[in-house]
Amino acid sequence: MEGPADIEFTDALVELVRRAATQLPADMERALKEGVEEEAHGSAARGALDSILQNVQLARTHSTPICQDTGTPIFEIFHPLGVSTRAVADQVRKAVAIATERAFLRPNAVDPLTGKNSGDNTGEDFPTLHFHEWERDHLHVDLVLKGGGCENVSTQYKLPDGRLGAGRDLDGVRRVVLDAVHQAQGKGCAPGVLGVAIGGDRGSSYIKAKQQLLRGLDEANADASLAELEATLTREANDLGIGPMGFGGRTTVLGVKIGSQHRLPASYFVSVAYMCWANRRASMDVSAGAGGVEVTYA
Amino acid sequence: MRRLTIPIPDEEIRALRVGDAIQLNGTIVTGRDAAHKFMIEHFVRQSVAEEDAELYDELRRLLNGGVIYHCGPVVRQHQDGSWTFVAAGPTTSIREEVYQPDVIAHFNLKGVIGKGGMGAGTLEACRSQPAVYLHAIGGAASLIARSVDEVVAVHKLEFGVPEAMWVIRVKDFPAVVTMDSHEESLHKRVEEESRKKLADLLAR
Repeated sequence: MEGPADIEFTDALVELVRRAATQLPADMERALKEGVEEEAHGSAARGALDSILQNVQLARTHSTPICQDTGTPIFEIFHPLGVSTRAVADQVRKAVAIATERAFLRPNAVDPLTGKNSGDNTGEDFPTLHFHEWERDHLHVDLVLKGGGCENVSTQYKLPDGRLGAGRDLDGVRRVVLDAVHQAQGKGCAPGVLGVAIGGDRGSSYIKAKQQLLRGLDEANADASLAELEATLTREANDLGIGPMGFGGRTTVLGVKIGSQHRLPASYFVSVAYMCWANRRASMDVSAGAGGVEVTYA
Repeated sequence: MRRLTIPIPDEEIRALRVGDAIQLNGTIVTGRDAAHKFMIEHFVRQSVAEEDAELYDELRRLLNGGVIYHCGPVVRQHQDGSWTFVAAGPTTSIREEVYQPDVIAHFNLKGVIGKGGMGAGTLEACRSQPAVYLHAIGGAASLIARSVDEVVAVHKLEFGVPEAMWVIRVKDFPAVVTMDSHEESLHKRVEEESRKKLADLLAR
């Protein structure tokens, strides 16, 4: 990468935000379509999924937000050695402000002390930025727009949990995740996707759980025991019968994605990041060469 | 599909049952966390201050027999100062549970639109008023915005765009009755049934 330190890609970041806010990823849309077939004709559940799919189409066609709650923009940025993360952060903040002005994002950053909305989605530690240096010579940006309704039903457990009979093992994880789905009912805009993290401390566990949401629905877990637990939890969560919007029905979650990290001997945390059906994620690769900046969206 | 027009007469409310799909017509007002807190603190629990009198009178007129919508929209402002709703789905209603019964009674609301359902206090207010809880499809924001014909006015914009009280004229706004005036709540039913299924799964 030539001159990676001063790469200018604000426009590309604005476009990334636009894509995330207005275009539901293909795997999510496919899963919602499969969900329709699971629900009875004439049921409120089927009606909800039909409206959702109609909305997805409209948002894409008219380039308007899928959901009015465009959430917390979470950027995971992978960069080569030599890139100024400060300079990239400045461009990200500029980009979300522009995207807000263009009505791709709702102004969502509120000062908790004064109640004042900044008006442009920038504020203290807002948007969320995580930088990762990697060995490759281009930049990669993943973006998730994480809505507030589903954030409010996201939760964390400390095992063992006597109420749920959950010990420090994968069956314990299974129990608390099912409880989280029951607690959420339709409030997180079911059918959702669950990002689950096992281990870590309270802070790192929530971050890990959210990072699972970047995985495609069809992306198999490399760990066989976690892959099996993902399948079991998807099936059992749907057996709860909560259904789209909590109307009752067979489609409650569209997928479960689990990651793990080392924990302290004393702690065994399980975090559940509930993501609504509008699982808005978008990615791009950015490289700078003699011909200028090249951008590929995925 | 039943069409409802604001102001909604009590007999039409009483005829509605959980599961009924409706289309709403008329002028409604958005209000979520900041607006509910404000209405309780400035209108319901104390006499109305002079600087709030105009807003109070307008809300009384709009909400009498009317509907409040738990929504924080994405809006676009035009050169002439007018506004358009770009995306306008419902927000989670349960946060307003502590305020809702008093707001329903004070303003004679006939309906509350939101998502996720509300609790026992609101269900009781729906019975006594009478009123209904109307569930819009969460996240279907571009679709729902198309049923907003006109942004008539905005109040309390100092709360920020999502929290302001937007007065909007809607045409065939789609929703489902999930709490009716006969003490029926779909949310209560689904919560209880899913709790039993959870117990079965945890017994394994």
